[in-house]
Amino acid sequence: MTDTLSVERLSVHYDTREGVLRALREVSLAVPAGQIVGVVGESGCGKSTLINALLQLLPENARIADGAIRLNGEDLVGASSRRLRDLRGREISVVFQDPMTSLNPVLSIGRQMRDIQYRDPVSRAEKNRRSAAMLARVGIPDPVAKLDVYAHELSGGMRQRVAIAMAALMKPKVLIADEPTTALDATLEVQIIELLQDLQREIGCSILFISHHLGVIAELCHRVVVMYAGEAVEEGPVEEVFLRPAHPYTARLIECDPGRLKQKVAQLPSIAGSLPDLTNPPTGCIFRARCDHATAACAQKPPRVELDNGHWAACHHAREVQI
Amino acid sequence: MSAPILSLRNLRVDFPAVHGWRALLTPRDKRHVRAIDDVSIDIMPGETLAIVGESGSGKTTLARAVNGLVPLVAGEVWFDGMALHDRPDWHSVRQRVAMMFQDPVGSLSPRKTVRDLVLEPFAIHGSKPARPEDKAVALLAAAGLGSDFLNRYPHQLSGGQARRVGVARALALTPALVLADEPTAGLDVSVQGEILNLLNRIKADHGLTTLIITHNLNILRHIADRIAVMYLGRIVEIGPVERLLSAPTHPYTRALMAANPEPDPTARRERLVLKGETPALTARPAGCEFHPRCPVARPDCATRVPVLAPSPNGGAVSCHYPLTEDIDQS
Repeated sequence: MTDTLSVERLSVHYDTREGVLRALREVSLAVPAGQIVGVVGESGCGKSTLINALLQLLPENARIADGAIRLNGEDLVGASSRRLRDLRGREISVVFQDPMTSLNPVLSIGRQMRDIQYRDPVSRAEKNRRSAAMLARVGIPDPVAKLDVYAHELSGGMRQRVAIAMAALMKPKVLIADEPTTALDATLEVQIIELLQDLQREIGCSILFISHHLGVIAELCHRVVVMYAGEAVEEGPVEEVFLRPAHPYTARLIECDPGRLKQKVAQLPSIAGSLPDLTNPPTGCIFRARCDHATAACAQKPPRVELDNGHWAACHHAREVQI
Repeated sequence: MSAPILSLRNLRVDFPAVHGWRALLTPRDKRHVRAIDDVSIDIMPGETLAIVGESGSGKTTLARAVNGLVPLVAGEVWFDGMALHDRPDWHSVRQRVAMMFQDPVGSLSPRKTVRDLVLEPFAIHGSKPARPEDKAVALLAAAGLGSDFLNRYPHQLSGGQARRVGVARALALTPALVLADEPTAGLDVSVQGEILNLLNRIKADHGLTTLIITHNLNILRHIADRIAVMYLGRIVEIGPVERLLSAPTHPYTRALMAANPEPDPTARRERLVLKGETPALTARPAGCEFHPRCPVARPDCATRVPVLAPSPNGGAVSCHYPLTEDIDQS
């Protein structure tokens, strides 16, 4: 199985007034062809930095200190901006969290969808036809008329459908979805998840789905990568990771989700402590200070422990963790 | 049975839909949208009622109407014998009815230290504590923060810490009723448990009555005694928490509960997927307002308006054909 997108030991640093902030440290992950891979983690774990790095849209004070990002084998780190412009939107596209701010408020939907196809040597009418067909595909009623409307004339759910239509329009190899359902209501969230699943099957693309919502990941994804404080701590098939988590952080995170508690409990679980300071990350295991399993061995950098079915965890005690 | 501490009677809140001179050219019935329509709720002392619903269902407006932050068009609000709909002395009411706002950092003034923020309620109500420093430390301790936070500014707090400061502020004047608007919004799962435990502990310690607004269905079981489900500014179902979660009778409640993805990859529960989206308040459907999206609607649902009536699960439901079977426990 070839990986459409692979990230190899990626490290991203931000230069801040407090010093160098190590936002991502040696993150490796792979998105196999035709699969939906989830990235789950809480605020500050580096999800957004990862997406920006994948698209090579990092802010000015950030730099990729080390590592490679391969799209179909081609390294995006250090690629020319012209080449990146060719790839973005066509080979790799993204659906952002907030559909209001990711759509241009002063251009009509149709104009924005034509812009995505600007390299295709086809007529304007043909571009409009394709756009309308894609809008119809994502479930927007009266798609031809919708080409003339502006983002503010659409509801939140419709805007997110338009954003998905735009991302899928050029049939990309990889679609990155950055918390696409967070701004939506529960009943719409389900509709969007089902839409992404259907589109993935039709286009045959890979999807990298970023979320902090464990339930959505469990439902949608084939594989999942768990991130904590700028490191990937566990990766594997969704069933393996959710039912047999091997990293203490994953286990605690799943325990904390009140959705799995079917009976009322007196004390809801939580993870005590807070994220480490990433301008001066602790040596050894990054989760050590908040971990119940921590021992003296954890002062050393944890090894990547390989388990069954391509499931691994970066923990000295990976084989002892239980939920 | 004791008297309710908070009693809402046929509450109605309108917002202007057109502004300025255009309003003069608009038919009278189109000048306003009805954000809250005919809502009646009783809350008993010490009870926690959670109001759930999707964006635009009027949850936040309801809490703001209780606290006098939006004007009522019709209806009555009784709080502990006081008529809040009839020009009450809000200054004294708000000593006993505290509000926790949705945005934990945004609701704190960026130019005040945590010490000033937790002592602000005393300054506003002219009841300076004898030893302000001790009081501030005690309030923070009750909210689970150490005294090292006293000199910090809101931007130096994490979301969870800012939320705790909000809790300390709401409790400063030992209120009888707390209106908590989305107490877990913007918090990570690993932190949200701490905040909910904190609220539960304070409730138990002080016998506090709370009205919690939330769209986080996962937490309901652990914090609420009763749930009210809102759709388009109306209550469509209300009832005891366990019964409502296990046997919702309104199709909307059922769809809402089923729409909630579970963190278990093996769970594949039968799901009622709703068609379309919530209609705009300016275009309320006729008959039952849920019928265009309802998977079990019958022809007469489009014409007959349902009213809230006792439901098989021990609550009340506004539906002509309430569902009776339990949700499958998979």
